[in-house]
Amino acid sequence: MLRYIFGKLLYLVPTFLGITIVAFGMIRLLPGDPVIMLAGERGVTPERHAELLAMLGMDKPIWEQYFIYVWNLLHGDFGISFSSKESVLTEFFARFPATLELGLCAMIIAVIVGIPVGVFAAIKRGSWFDQVSMTGALVGYSMPIFWWGLLLIMLFSVFLNLTPVSGRIDLLYFFDTPTGFMLIDSWLSGEKGAFASAVSHLILPSVVLSTIPLAVIARQTRSAMLEVLNEDYVRTARAKGLSPWRVIGLHTLRNALIPVVTTIGLQVSVIITGAVLTENIFSWPGIGKWMVDAVWRRDYFVIQGGLILICVNVMIVNLLVDVLYALINPRIRYS
Amino acid sequence: MFNANPAAANQRVEDRSILLEFWHYFKQNKGAVLGLAVFVLIVLTALFADFIAPFHYDVTLSELRKLPPAFQSGGDARFWLGTDAIGRDILSRLIYGARYSLFIGLVVVIISMILGVIFGLISGFLGGPVDTLIMRVMDIILSIPSILLALTIIAILQQGIFSAIVAIAVIYQPHFVRLTRAAVLAEKNREYVIASRLAGAGRLRLMIKTILPNCMAPIIVQGTLSFSNAILDIAALGFLGQGVQPPNPEWGTMLAEAREFITSAWWIVTFPGLAILITVLAINLVGDGLRDALDPKMKRS
Repeated sequence: MLRYIFGKLLYLVPTFLGITIVAFGMIRLLPGDPVIMLAGERGVTPERHAELLAMLGMDKPIWEQYFIYVWNLLHGDFGISFSSKESVLTEFFARFPATLELGLCAMIIAVIVGIPVGVFAAIKRGSWFDQVSMTGALVGYSMPIFWWGLLLIMLFSVFLNLTPVSGRIDLLYFFDTPTGFMLIDSWLSGEKGAFASAVSHLILPSVVLSTIPLAVIARQTRSAMLEVLNEDYVRTARAKGLSPWRVIGLHTLRNALIPVVTTIGLQVSVIITGAVLTENIFSWPGIGKWMVDAVWRRDYFVIQGGLILICVNVMIVNLLVDVLYALINPRIRYS
Repeated sequence: MFNANPAAANQRVEDRSILLEFWHYFKQNKGAVLGLAVFVLIVLTALFADFIAPFHYDVTLSELRKLPPAFQSGGDARFWLGTDAIGRDILSRLIYGARYSLFIGLVVVIISMILGVIFGLISGFLGGPVDTLIMRVMDIILSIPSILLALTIIAILQQGIFSAIVAIAVIYQPHFVRLTRAAVLAEKNREYVIASRLAGAGRLRLMIKTILPNCMAPIIVQGTLSFSNAILDIAALGFLGQGVQPPNPEWGTMLAEAREFITSAWWIVTFPGLAILITVLAINLVGDGLRDALDPKMKRS
């Protein structure tokens, strides 16, 4: 098992280097004068120009620049945001918990709703439940979630006045945020109503963000179940006279879930893409909003650093999924 | 009719029978047929927008701002779906907007499919270091979340339709590379390919004339999937203000302008998104039908 994990880790090294080349190349591909594009200073004297160029590290040969860049990355130096003058890494970690909280909640909703729906749709194949849920899944899968978010805001926030429109918590609450997770921090703060406020802020964004993964997981679970239900060993289990729940829970579901785990892993990238949109609709102060704001401001070091940090996170999650997959499926481990 | 070339005639009969067989399986899926009908309708609307749309998308009637849809009280029968914040007919803008989504989606699919198939053929056929290099690059592209990659590419190339097309095509192309490569690897050592090679077929001929036609089914299915995803992505980029720029009536861009009216004018927010959903849903239904009809495993013959 350790050898398997080590092999997977080794495999990540070239991918990581590739992403650093993309991020490094991105800045060099910018048209125009780097001093204007990156430092934002126009009409400077040649001396100041040379000074800025040296500050950006762009006065050296390109391969040397790349090695310095990767060296700095490995030491946690992702550059300085050109609008806030803060380190990109600091900015990233200030916002990362917000996105993680939102993404985890969305993923939990998608899994605890998606898998049962898929299982029941497969067991009751052709029933009205199957048809309604699979039509729903197809609609969810085709959903432009930024519009879906606006619709839900119109319905629940504007029309029914049930949930807040934006942010993570009402502005009247002030407390320390040691973990960065609003649900935990508001609980720890002990302030009355703070936790309820955090929950009510989290509901709509999580539902919106869970829409596409939920649809994909439900569809995938259903087709995996259908495949397994036709297997000989399931027929044997039934013929032995086991109760239907035992057949489904023990003999079918366990095998059907193997491909579903891979699907869930693939949804991480979908969640991040979705978070970019969801955070924008709900003014959720996470990395998705941070990145889009950086694109608006053309804050290239934030875009560059953020891209790498997000990709590293995706790579780590994918590694965890691979390990989990090998744990539940011995055929992978020993091949 | 007398035909001078019996071989070509046979070929034509064979092509027709394949199409008929395909249609036989495709039409069993009612959802797919419905999706196809809706899709054809949307394509026709986009093509003949100049004749169908009641107004040009730029016509601004500033005295008729935020008019509700015709079926709601206070609506005007001339504006079926109402008018937007500066008095433009929403229905007309949606009709013209279909052009953006369909055109960009189509161009993206064509570019990413052609590039992906070329790289996939090379990768699967040559193998070795070339294969490793191509697949590694594709792995890198796939490991970057799609919208972030698109936003980055747009930040470099500057906003606009061209940047958006390039960005989305880059994102989708690895899927085609992987599919083509897998199909080539599966077909490469089959007897008909070896026979063709022994008969003296060159590499290019083997790749394009012998192997490629037998790998087309999964590529076509992936094509429809990419088409619907591209429409969603272009709308998402428009919504974030980085895609098609206003006043062009792209659906996502219209939604971005509509955001501030969620408290006052539901129709400005609702209809552009509904247009996106219906289009994407129709294409996905067709995609499901194509997959069932083209996948020999699913055929119950």
